Amino acid sequence: MIVPTIKSRPVYGTLAQQPGTEHLLIADAEGAEAILDLAASALPGFFDTAEIVYVPRSTGDKYAPRLKALKPARYHESPTIAAALPRLRQTFATAHMGLRLYLSGTEGLIGQAMQAALEAGIDHSSIQTEHRGSLARRVQCVHCKGITEDVTTQPAECAHCGLLLLVRDHYSRRIAAFQGVCINAEDRSEVPPAEEVFR
Amino acid sequence: MTINFRKETFRDDFSFRNSPEHIRRFPFPFHEDSYMYAVNIEPHVKGPAGSVLENLIDVDEHYVSEMHDRALVLAEDPLRCQSLPHMTLAGWDLLELLMEQQALGYPEHFELHRDGYNWHWINRPLGIDQKFVFGDLSTLPYGPMEYITRQSQGDFCLLDQRDGNLWMDAGIVSTQADWSLDFDIGMNFFEWHAPVPLAHEKGIFTRALKFLTNVQQGRPARRLNWTMTINPRLDTSPENYHKWGPDRTTVTPDNVGHKVHLRVELQSFWRLPRSNGMVFPIRCYLISMDELVTSPKWARRLHRVIRDLPEELATYKGLTRYRPTLVEWLSKFDDGSPTSPGFGPE
Repeated sequence: MIVPTIKSRPVYGTLAQQPGTEHLLIADAEGAEAILDLAASALPGFFDTAEIVYVPRSTGDKYAPRLKALKPARYHESPTIAAALPRLRQTFATAHMGLRLYLSGTEGLIGQAMQAALEAGIDHSSIQTEHRGSLARRVQCVHCKGITEDVTTQPAECAHCGLLLLVRDHYSRRIAAFQGVCINAEDRSEVPPAEEVFR
Repeated sequence: MTINFRKETFRDDFSFRNSPEHIRRFPFPFHEDSYMYAVNIEPHVKGPAGSVLENLIDVDEHYVSEMHDRALVLAEDPLRCQSLPHMTLAGWDLLELLMEQQALGYPEHFELHRDGYNWHWINRPLGIDQKFVFGDLSTLPYGPMEYITRQSQGDFCLLDQRDGNLWMDAGIVSTQADWSLDFDIGMNFFEWHAPVPLAHEKGIFTRALKFLTNVQQGRPARRLNWTMTINPRLDTSPENYHKWGPDRTTVTPDNVGHKVHLRVELQSFWRLPRSNGMVFPIRCYLISMDELVTSPKWARRLHRVIRDLPEELATYKGLTRYRPTLVEWLSKFDDGSPTSPGFGPE
């Protein structure tokens, strides 16, 4: 459960069908459940004009058959979020007015898909989002600028420069990441224990 | 008035000092013996001769050395200067504003000649003589924002105004008090202020935004903000926090006077004419404790403010580690006598 903390920290809603001519649903892992819930309330014919892009991650085959059973006009499965992004960028670049976006799953998935949409000029407030599954965070190290994916601990080690980072709630849509700042910058001998708080 | 520009450093050997005249003109930010956030915004109008408000864009004895330090920061980290594509027009607005104000306030040092779009800018302290076409990017060595802010003291945030909000869509930030332009660029007013404690709950930012979005062209506004910095370091960026952070462990009763600095930001807010954007110049002034206590009133008052500062604010401003040492040192200058109202030294 994500609770609002500071004003830059994203909050998410519940996917709901929007008036539109085409619908692009992007999800990872348990985000599939949000699409299945949406399907229960969607008007007949919704999936005739819908594309689903799904990254199962650790859920394997748990949801994929049920998503396909919704019979979207197009269904694409991608092994990772990173692998899905070139396809998404192409879709956004060639999209027409009337395309509606629905993002569900981890904050990493929602953030990166939204980032690609923003770069194509889509307004963030027009995008439907719903958080499901892991609370793992995508964190940018403010020092070396490297991004560490799927951070579950506080503090966390930067995968690039190795500094021990305090994971803040301060979030950038443009970077699609939370900010990580060296937690023991003043005295490197102080090493607070890492706790798994973003599960 | 001819300024005697000091040759000094804000890193390594930290040779920065204020002359006696500059100590007296320091923009001391406390008008009473305690501090809490307030919407302390007022019209940015000229103040007394000899003060930092003598001109609306202040140029002082640190100008040449500050511009050198900025060049060093940008060479190390070009991400300190960024502009989203729609902000170029606001950059030209800013170039005009800063050239006009500097030439107006300091004609011995800066000259601006205009013949239609053909402009001629002379910056004597930095040895620059530039003819260019206003609005033509190909006639300047940098974009307009970067060009003029490499020649202007202080950080600059260029804001777009839309949807009833202000968006930090461009800026040059090399003397900041611990915030990252690279991370915050593209954020709205509430988002980039999100980490500030207490003030959101007090409604400070809602009221401030309402005021700022109504600032009119030719009627700028201002406020003061403050923090403290160990050593006269301009570049206290989060990017380099792991490099300057250890300075905070070096404060001892013997070195407080020259190590601990009060850092005051004179923030002003200007409407830009062509883009309808805004610029927030954030001008940083530093003063060491040794320099500050040459005013008995400032010494007494700063002691009381730092001693009584709410813990959340002390933490946010990064004072926690050395606050007891600083308060103990300042207490020697506080005999308990009353301080007169207002900011001035006496």
